[in-house]
Amino acid sequence: MKVELGQKVLRRNDVLAGELRAEFRKAGVFVVSLVSSPGSGKTAFLEKTLTLLQPRYRVAALVGDLATENDAARLARSNAPVRQIVTGTVCHLDAGMVRGSLQDWNLAGLDFLFIENVGNLVCPASYDLGENLRLVLMSVTEGEDKPLKYPPIFHGAGLAVITKADLAEAVEFAWDAALGNIHAVHPGLPAMRVSARTGYGMEEWLRYLAAAREEWDASSAPAIRDPVATVPANSGAGAETGTFRRR
Amino acid sequence: MHELSIASSIVDMAWEEADRRGVRVNTVYLELGPLAGVVREALLSAYELAAAGTALEGSRLVVTDVPIVAFCPVCREKRSIRSAQRLCCPECHTPTPEVVQGADLRVTALEVEQ
Repeated sequence: MKVELGQKVLRRNDVLAGELRAEFRKAGVFVVSLVSSPGSGKTAFLEKTLTLLQPRYRVAALVGDLATENDAARLARSNAPVRQIVTGTVCHLDAGMVRGSLQDWNLAGLDFLFIENVGNLVCPASYDLGENLRLVLMSVTEGEDKPLKYPPIFHGAGLAVITKADLAEAVEFAWDAALGNIHAVHPGLPAMRVSARTGYGMEEWLRYLAAAREEWDASSAPAIRDPVATVPANSGAGAETGTFRRR
Repeated sequence: MHELSIASSIVDMAWEEADRRGVRVNTVYLELGPLAGVVREALLSAYELAAAGTALEGSRLVVTDVPIVAFCPVCREKRSIRSAQRLCCPECHTPTPEVVQGADLRVTALEVEQ
């Protein structure tokens, strides 16, 4: 006998992510997640970002790592509150881990929360964390074809950031080819080039971030349209899940 | 390698349904899109591991690949996209940012017996 089911496998994660997104909205904190391969410069980029944002904004970071707390120690140099999620053998963050690590954290006291995922271009693609913007980072030293090798992660991102731009010439990085590959797997995805070391491109990134936050703020003002609230918690429909994707 | 946690979720989901109905599961049917970020072969091996020692031990996972479907802004039609590496209309080659299907990871049905 065949029984129809029609359930998303990641339904629980999606529902939880939808609840987180509603909590973030209520607290007024704009949440940005970062995904990339290991060694692409996520932590350096984030440390610089936290440092540059702090005169004007209240910021904090959650950082996922398989085994060490080294990244949290590096990020703490920015003087922003940082909390580490040691995932053990798990190769990605999920919405439950984010929620668990946010307990007793005063979200309403923050303007921006950054979530640095485990360095991995495969597994994090499947998990919505409730973030408002997902960044995918690739460094010039990794080569131009990263997007073609990992389409889902580039497809799910809202912004591509090409890091270590100061090394581009040394490795003969072909910007046009890289952008072409990004847009082949995700047409229209905004992309920027930065160097956390020299500061190149960081201002443009901060302007983009501030504009994204403003747009998000503005979208909350009219009619309180909270799709999460209109969906029964266990329906699995998760109306607002996956909004980190560009529509 | 997150296929093991995905496989465990599938086993849990199927077990819950079977338990509710008081039946035994022989086969789990799954739809998988190229943008789900899950590797079919890895998932199939992981499923055996995840099912071992549970009520679903010995059951089969049948994976159906579903294509990426995107809306072509020029043809004004939904089109099946040939490759996740190139999201463009197969007819007119216009880039297709508006993807309507392809990230699917869904248990569609169970084959069960009393």
